[in-house]
Amino acid sequence: MEHTSTAERILRGIAIGAVVLFFIFPIFWILLMSFQTNETILRNPPSIAFVPTISNYVALLTGRLETAAGTLDISFMQNLKNSVILSVSSVAVALLLGVPAAYAFARHRFRGSEDIAFTLLSFRFAPPLLIVLPLALYFQDVGLADTYIGLIWVYQLICLPLILWIVRGYFEDIPADVEYAYRIAGHSWFATFRKIALPLAGPGIAAAGLLAFIFAWNNFVFALVLGSADKQPVTVGALAFVTASGIQFGQIAAAIVLSIAPTLALAIYAQRYLVEGLSLGAVKG
Amino acid sequence: MSEATLSLEGVSKVYNPGSAQAVQAVIDLDMQVTAGEIVALLGSSGCGKTSTLRMIAGFEEVSDGTIRLKEREIHRLSPARRNVAMAFEGYSLYPPLTVRDNIAFALKSARLSRDEIARRVAEVAHLLEIEDILGRYPSSISGGQQQRASLGRALVRDAHLHLLDEPMGQLEPQLRALLRGRIKHYIKERGMTAILVTHDQTEANALADRIAVMEGGVLQQFATPAALKDRPANLFTGTFIGEPPMNVFLAEVGAENGSLRLRLGDDAELTYAVTAFEEVVRSRLLERGRIAIGVRPHAVRLVEQGVPAHVAANQWLGDQSHIAAEFAGGLLVAVEHHRAPVRPGERIGVTFAPEDLHFFDVESGVAVSHGGRPA
Repeated sequence: MEHTSTAERILRGIAIGAVVLFFIFPIFWILLMSFQTNETILRNPPSIAFVPTISNYVALLTGRLETAAGTLDISFMQNLKNSVILSVSSVAVALLLGVPAAYAFARHRFRGSEDIAFTLLSFRFAPPLLIVLPLALYFQDVGLADTYIGLIWVYQLICLPLILWIVRGYFEDIPADVEYAYRIAGHSWFATFRKIALPLAGPGIAAAGLLAFIFAWNNFVFALVLGSADKQPVTVGALAFVTASGIQFGQIAAAIVLSIAPTLALAIYAQRYLVEGLSLGAVKG
Repeated sequence: MSEATLSLEGVSKVYNPGSAQAVQAVIDLDMQVTAGEIVALLGSSGCGKTSTLRMIAGFEEVSDGTIRLKEREIHRLSPARRNVAMAFEGYSLYPPLTVRDNIAFALKSARLSRDEIARRVAEVAHLLEIEDILGRYPSSISGGQQQRASLGRALVRDAHLHLLDEPMGQLEPQLRALLRGRIKHYIKERGMTAILVTHDQTEANALADRIAVMEGGVLQQFATPAALKDRPANLFTGTFIGEPPMNVFLAEVGAENGSLRLRLGDDAELTYAVTAFEEVVRSRLLERGRIAIGVRPHAVRLVEQGVPAHVAANQWLGDQSHIAAEFAGGLLVAVEHHRAPVRPGERIGVTFAPEDLHFFDVESGVAVSHGGRPA
C-alpha cells in the first residue's frame, strides 16, 4: 500500500475539487437559471440568491411560452419525445446491423472486407452539411423527408461506423480459440456468437452503444434540414426560445435540464460498463 | 483395435492460396490412426503439426485431401458435428465461468445427469491435481493451472477423438512427469484415441504409441518411438530424434581383401569385415560410392586403438559426460555414462560397432541401411 501524508491528501482533495467545480459549475448554474425568471437571470451583478419559480418548467410542459410580446406555442415536449424516438431507434438499428457486421469483420477475412469497413468509417469524415443538402433533395423525391424512418436512416451515418469500429476491436480482443473451444463442444457458430462472443464483448458493446446514443441525441443539423417541427428533436426545438422579444434564458435552461436528464441518467447507470469498456480489453490474459 | 479410426488421405493445407504470401503448411499428408491409439505429431515450430491438428478439429479448411473419422468424411463438417474434443495450447477457457463450469460445460451441453457430471469433473480434477481451484475463475489462476483446466475440459468428454495441442508446455518438470503417466493411464483405461502435438521428444516418447515426425509440412516418418530411434527413415528423422543429435559424416565407400573401407577424410578411415553387412547392403553402399554415415553419440566408443580424434570439450552433466571431439574434419559428440577422464586438446581414439552405423543416401537423405541390415 502506498502511504500518503495528510498534506498530500488535502492537496489532492483541493485539486479534485477544482476539477469537479470546473466541469460541474456550468451545469449547476444552468440548474439555478432554470428556476429563475429572465429578469433575475439578467441582473447585474449576478447572484445566487433568488426566489425560485417553476414557471419555466410549467411553460415547457404546457407548451405555452409567455413573452413580453405575447403568448407563443412551443412543442418542447414533442421535441423531447422525438429525441428519444430518434436516438433510441437509431442506436437499436445500428446495434442490430453493426454488431454482427463487426463480428464478421473481426473474424473473417473476405475479399474487400477492409475496403468495406473503411468505406463505412469514411461516412464520418464528410462534414454533415455537405451530405445533408443533397440528401434533402433526394429524400423529398423518395418521400422520406420529414419521416422518422428517413431520419433514423440518416442517423446511421453517425451511429453505425462508431459501433462497427469500436465493437470490432472488442471482438478482435477475444481469442478465436475461446470460440473454437465452444464450437468443438457441439455448438453452431451462431450459438457461439450469442453465448461467447456477445457476452465477452458486452462492456464494449455497451460503451459503443452509449457513445452512439450521445452523438445521436446531440445531433442538430440532420434534423434541422430533413425534419419539420413535429419530427425535430430538442436540439433543434431549442431554437424556438430565441423569440422576437429576446432570448428566453429561463426556458432554455429548463429545456437543457430536461434534455440532458435522459442521457445523464443513462450515462450514470452505464458508467461502470463505459469505464470498463473503454479502458480494458474484453478478455484479460 | 485394427481398423483405422482416423484416416488422413492426401491432406494439404495452403495459407493465402494464389497470393504472393502463399504458404504450403501441410503437403500431401497420409496417416492412419487406429482406435485406442495415442499418436504424437512431433516437429519444430512451423512444421505443420498444429495446422494438421486444426484441420482435424475443423478450425482450418482442408485445401486438398480427405479426413475420415469412424468411416465418416468429416473434413467438410462444422467442428460441432465432428465429435472431437480438444485441449488448446493457449488454454482458451471461458473467462466468465469457474474452472468447474469450464470443465463441465460440454457435459452439460450433452445433457448428462448432474450426478454424472459431478462425478466426472471430480475424477478429472483429481487426475490433474486441480481440485483446489475448481471454484476459481481463469483470470485468478496461474498459466499451469489454466493449462490443466483446459486439458481437463478435453479429457472429461466422450468423443471419437481427443486432440491435445502442447498439453503440458506450461507445467513444471516434476508435475509434467507425474501427469504424463496418469494421463496415459486415463486415456488407455478408457480406450480413447488421442492425437498429441508437441515439440518435446520426451513427452512424445512417454505418451505416444506412435510418433509422426513432421518437417516442412511433410510427414517424415510415422513409427513407434523405438523404431524412430533404431531405424530412422531418413537423415532428418535420424538427426531430429535423440539427444544429443546423431553424428553425421560423409564417407567414400571401398572394398578390398574381404573388408569394407569407409574413408571419412584424409586422416580417418573405418574398416569392417564385409561379413558385418548383408550382401544387399554392401552392394547398395558400393553402388553409391559416397554415403552419409550416422552414429548416435551413445554408440561412440572411446578406445586407444581407435581412429584418432582431438577433444574440443568435455562436459560432465551429473550423470554422463558429453565429449565433443574434432574428427574427420567435423565435430563428433560422444556420451559416456561415467566421468570420462579426457581433457580438451587430448588425443583420443574412437570406434563404432557396425551394428550402430546408419547409412543414408547423400542426395535424398533416405536411409540405405541400419547396422548391417537394409533399411
